[in-house]
Amino acid sequence: MNRLSFHCRHQFPGGFAIDAQFETAAQVTALFGPSGAGKTSILYMLAGLLRPDHGTIQLGDATWLDTPRAVCIKPQARHVGFVFQDHLLFPHLTVGRNLHYGHRRRRGSPSAIEPQRVIEVLELADLLGRYPRNLSGGEKQRVALARALLSGPELLLLDEPLAALDMALKQRIVSYCQRVLDEWRVPTIYVSHQADEVRQLAEHVITIEDGRVRGCGTPKELLGGSP
Amino acid sequence: MNFLNYDEWLAVRLSLRVALLAVAASLPLAVGVGYVLARSRSRFKWLIEVLVNMPLVLPPVVTGYLLLRLFAPRGPVGQLLESWLGISIVLTWWGAALAAAVVSFPLMVRAIRLAFQAVDPRLEMAARGLGAGWFDTFWTVTLPLARSGVLAGCVLAFARSLGEFGATIMVAGNIVGETQTIPLAIFSYSNRPGGQSGVVRLVILSIVLAAFALLASEWLERRHSQRESA
Repeated sequence: MNRLSFHCRHQFPGGFAIDAQFETAAQVTALFGPSGAGKTSILYMLAGLLRPDHGTIQLGDATWLDTPRAVCIKPQARHVGFVFQDHLLFPHLTVGRNLHYGHRRRRGSPSAIEPQRVIEVLELADLLGRYPRNLSGGEKQRVALARALLSGPELLLLDEPLAALDMALKQRIVSYCQRVLDEWRVPTIYVSHQADEVRQLAEHVITIEDGRVRGCGTPKELLGGSP
Repeated sequence: MNFLNYDEWLAVRLSLRVALLAVAASLPLAVGVGYVLARSRSRFKWLIEVLVNMPLVLPPVVTGYLLLRLFAPRGPVGQLLESWLGISIVLTWWGAALAAAVVSFPLMVRAIRLAFQAVDPRLEMAARGLGAGWFDTFWTVTLPLARSGVLAGCVLAFARSLGEFGATIMVAGNIVGETQTIPLAIFSYSNRPGGQSGVVRLVILSIVLAAFALLASEWLERRHSQRESA
């Protein structure tokens, strides 16, 4: 994948601060750390949904953020696929139209991901006509993943996509995630505070605590073997 | 229509026309102002709020007086309209629509603002993350989700416009068939010997229209909350 480099500082009104720097070229990179460490804020900065006080973000040759040079690319021009913790499907659109939403706006994005194939891999064919309120938690998360993929992302950002699910479901969604990552090989940043998920999905781990990077390496180096 | 005589029927038709124009003309601005009030964190939000709500607390006659000063042929806005477009709105049904629009504007903005506040801003973020620009997001996510509230605001403003009296009589006068809306007709009939039966008929009609508008707005609110409870 293109090398992602991130170096941002941001002071929140409540006193919490983020000052983090990392680089990664792995296909799946996990941001690992306890709740409230600032992992989600880092994802928001990557997506352009939160503008840090100071910093630079680069993906390959593209500069997304460079505050000294007053560069800040808008979220819609960064081509990231964001899967939020609580899915955030559009409640007024059916599953099919939720998927269509991102796919229709993928213009200019280089990667080609076929809707039919995504629907097949994530087993969504039976859900297309339903509204989000009629889906289970696991189904919602699969739709959110498909929607993000179909927007043709150069970088996929997954913000604790399994946090709201119970253990049995988690395992199923992890295997869906794995299928997606194997099939399309979209560079992915995966945020989690669960060591077992990180071991299963990530090649590279960056540990975050108190808004700072505490370490980086392979899952084995940082988290040890399977418990 | 046998229930109403010709003049009464003219008043009803004019009232409906005035109220429809008032709502249609103020809707785009009300949506804009409602959105700004719901989302903005500006320090000057209170100023917009005071300006928007002013017609709600001012006596309508005062609002009407101010509009008359502005829109009279020699008033600052009236002069511009006269020289640019060659029109004068004082003492015409356009004036009645203007008065109704201004007086009902705060009610409309209030309902629309509440509807926008009920839309989770993170859904807007999700849309931005999927490649939608600001206006695209507003048009395809925010506005559809707030639709019922916007419609409820229109219904309330429509009902308030039908009932407008004080500002209307200042700006548009009370000319039968031209600017005499239902409330003005009721006022005229009640001061006229033998006008009682006309008063009763128009009062009944006003109550029916108001009840119908409130029911419609209630129904829209309910449908909205049912649809969004996921």
